[in-house]
Parts: sequence; structure tokens; C-alpha cells
Amino acid sequence: MKNTKWLLPTIYILFLLLPIYWLVSMSFKSTNEILGSFTLWPQNFTLENYITIFTDSTWYMGYFNSLSYVCINTILSVAVALPAAYAFSRFNFMGDKHLFFWLLTNRMAPAAVFALPFFQLYSSIGFFDTYIAVALAHTLFNIPLSVWILEGFMSGVPKQLDETAYIDGYSFWRFFIKIFIPTILAGIGVALFFAFMFSWVELLLAKTLTAVHAKPIAALMTKTASSSGYELGLLAAAGSLTIIPGAVVVYFVRNYIAKGFALGRV
Amino acid sequence: MNKTTNQKAWIFLAPVLILVAFNAFIPLITVINYSVQETFGNNEFFWEGLTWFENILHSERFHNSLIRQLTFTFTILLIEIPLGVAIALAMPTKKGIWLSICLVTMSLPLLIPWNVVGSMWNIFSLPEIGLLGKLLNSLGFDYNYTRQTGDAWFTLILMDVWHWTSLVVLLSYAGLIAIPDAYYQAAKIDGASAWSVFRYIQLPKMKRVLTIAILLRFMDSFNIYTEPFVLTGGGPGNSTTLLSIDLVKLALGQFDLGPAAAMSLIYFLIILLTCWIFYTLMMRNEED
Repeated sequence: MKNTKWLLPTIYILFLLLPIYWLVSMSFKSTNEILGSFTLWPQNFTLENYITIFTDSTWYMGYFNSLSYVCINTILSVAVALPAAYAFSRFNFMGDKHLFFWLLTNRMAPAAVFALPFFQLYSSIGFFDTYIAVALAHTLFNIPLSVWILEGFMSGVPKQLDETAYIDGYSFWRFFIKIFIPTILAGIGVALFFAFMFSWVELLLAKTLTAVHAKPIAALMTKTASSSGYELGLLAAAGSLTIIPGAVVVYFVRNYIAKGFALGRV
Repeated sequence: MNKTTNQKAWIFLAPVLILVAFNAFIPLITVINYSVQETFGNNEFFWEGLTWFENILHSERFHNSLIRQLTFTFTILLIEIPLGVAIALAMPTKKGIWLSICLVTMSLPLLIPWNVVGSMWNIFSLPEIGLLGKLLNSLGFDYNYTRQTGDAWFTLILMDVWHWTSLVVLLSYAGLIAIPDAYYQAAKIDGASAWSVFRYIQLPKMKRVLTIAILLRFMDSFNIYTEPFVLTGGGPGNSTTLLSIDLVKLALGQFDLGPAAAMSLIYFLIILLTCWIFYTLMMRNEED
């Protein structure tokens, strides 16, 4: 049995990679080759699709837009979640359990429910079609998630650490910034990663809140798919490029990712 | 951990509360507002009371979407949870290159924007030029997911298994590596079989992470919108129109704000209820 243990994960990984391979291989084919015949790998290898993307400003600005609101959102979510998670992990206060539950319900709210009211809300305050609108809207689920993950990691740090620091004459903020934050650096990394990931993959709200100037790359793809008929090669190239940021970040947090998915509670 | 009582903790929460309240309260009140009124445009609204709620609760369209939604959610849970646990059990326990490969490749599907997942599967399954579609057709199946209901469902479920099984794997794996070695040694001395090690050591220790996995998958699959929308657009016909696709059709497609708002609230209440069960279970686990 021991010798066949690698089999199941290997089959699973192959299953995961097949659709990705198909997308990437299609991105190197010309539209004629895609529609004309069935080929397992590109017969006439071409970079044309990628060149189109990197020379057309609507395309590459899409990437820039996505990355902009994702970064604003990630930093904002984790920054405000830090003190909140500390409060939940260290103190009892009136309504703490209810509050935690209420935060959680926002993580679970279906985006479809909020799409239209969000559009009206952000239009009425003049934020429609800006990075800020999408970044703020995504805090709806990213703040609860960050609070949840950070609280899990912070609860694992013994309270004696806080108490010793106070005895040594540290003020609260000095302790928080100089001692506590370095202690839970791994947790912060995981929270940043998850906030990044969920903001990067979400599209319904991002699409609803933008028109031209802040349109995310993924939304541009849907537009191309419907408007210019069947430019599958271009679509595949744009899709392949959206996989890269995630793949790069995941490499750095691979050892913590399992714990992060368990919300710091293993 | 014993916590101190400190009402000033609210100050730490102020930024979070302001941001989340802004995003959650105002839209929620907007939705409630629409759900009890009728509008004919021009910003004129008329009081309707609970009419929309009654209509939605009695409408066959809503019942059908709800049934489709529940079918979808329970099918993917039945596949993803056992499969995820099985893969986690077969994953390497020692650090090394093989483990890194497993962790990174298995996380990949989780990091792809949801509509790219949809497009990817759309291309992958096309009967003429997609790898999966071509393969199934050359094996003698009459496969066409844009025309046949059964094929559309098969593709939809396969896509979700592809997309989210890794979440269950990673969670179960996190639970498994937290089990101290001493447990396994004790089992070895007792001559326990692989099955009883799983049944009496690994499964109980994975209880907490599996609770998280099941409920996260339950709720996220209930909210699913983008992937099925891009893959099948709810078709053929209405056969893969899940709850949120139906909701968006009603709200943004037909602009029936009243009924859409009422449906949103009913939908949200269903999720809130499961969320509460989730929270109670989690807290009970924490106290154990």
C-alpha cells in the first residue's frame, strides 16, 4: 500500500492541470488553428495573442486596474482588521460574540444580493468607476475574513507576552507595534494572502462597480467573448495571464496556506 | 485563554465597524426598502406591503431555482468532502519537494478569477475543439453541454469539483499534520489496522477542520454565480439556473426591483440561518 500512496495525489494534480494546460496551449495558437482543427499542442506556435494584449492599452490597463484595487483593498482590510482581531482575542466585552457573528454573516452574504444596492450607493457618493469603490466594496467580505484569520493566530500567542511587556514599561501601542506584530508576522502574511486572493478572484461586484476607468481584466474577458465573436486565442492568453499573480504569491506562503484555510484554528 | 473584561475594546473595533456597516447596512436597508414597494420608474414608489414576499414564496420559478440550488450544493458536498479527505490522507507528511509541488499545484485553482474558471471550462468542454468534449465524443458519448441538460450538469459539477476540492484537501491536511506522532505509535503497538487508525484517530482529530470545510463549501456553493454564469449562462433553457443567477436575471435583467429585493431577503435569511448553525457548531467545538 505504501508504494501506491503517491498515485491518488498524482492523478488529482493531473486532473487539475489539464484544463489549465488546455487554456495555456490555446493561448499560443492562432484563431484559425483553434477553429480549424483539433490539435493537442500548438502546431504553429504564435505569440500574437500576447503581443495584442501588451500593446493594446484597454487590455494591459485591465491588469493595472485589477492589481490597483486588489492592493488597496488588501492593505486596508488587514490594517483595520489587526486591532479588531486583537480585541476579540484578548478581551471580553458587551456583545462580543454577537458582533463576531455579525461580521461573519457579511463573509457569507451572496454578492448577487448586494450588486444593485452597491451600484446605487457608490454612484450616489460619486465613487462609481474608481479603484476606491471596488476596494471598499471588497472589504465587505475581506475584513471579516482577515479578522477571523488573525484572531485565530493571535489566540495562539500566550497572554503572558502582553503582561510581561507592560511590566517592562511598554505603552500599549509600542508593545503592539514593536513586539506583538513581529510575533504574529506569519498570521499577517496569511491574512494578506487571503485578502489578495479573494479580491483577485471576485468579479460580480468589481464588474458592477466599474465602467471604463477601473474595469478589471477579468471583466474585459467577458466583454471580448461576447462582442468580438470568437477570439478564443486572445481570451485564452488573457486568462493565462490572470493565473500568474496567484501562482507567484502562493509559492511564498505554501507552508502556511493549509493553516490559513483552517482560519488559524487547527 | 482567559480574557479580561474591557469595554474599551470597542475602540479597537471602530474602524472595522464603520467600514463594514457602510457596506452592509446601507445596501441592506435599500433592499428592504425596495422589497415592500412597487415602482414604475421616475423614482415614484408605491407601498406594496408583503405582496412580493408572498409572490416569491409561492412562485414556481423560485421553488425550481431553490431545488436546483440544493441539488447542486449537496451533490458537490457528497463528492468533494470524501475525495478531499482521501487525497489529504495520501499526501506526504514529510517536508520536501513533493509536498511543495502538491501544495502549490493544488492551490492553483483557488487563485484563478472565477470567470476565468468559467471560460477555461467553457473552452475545455467544447464538443468540437475542447479536450474534454472531443475526448468524450470520440469515446462514443454524445456530449454537448450547451444543448443537453445532463451534460450541462455534469460539466458544472466537474468544474466545481476541479475548482474547490483543493480547499477540502488543504483543510483536512492541516488537521492531519496537527496530530502528534505519539498517537500513531500507540496505534502501531496495539496493532491497529489502517481503517481503525482512520476511524478512531484521524477522523475525530479532523472534526473541527471538516466542520469548517463542509460549512464553507455549503455557503460558498449557495452563493455561486460567476462560474456557472460564464459556463452555461443558466442554460440550456433554465436547467442550470441556480439561485443567484435567477436573482441577477430578475434584478438587473428584468429590473423587477420589488420581487428581486424580496427574493434577496429570503435568500439571505436562508444563508443567515445556516451561518448561525455553523457559528454555534464552531463555538461548541472551541469549548471542547
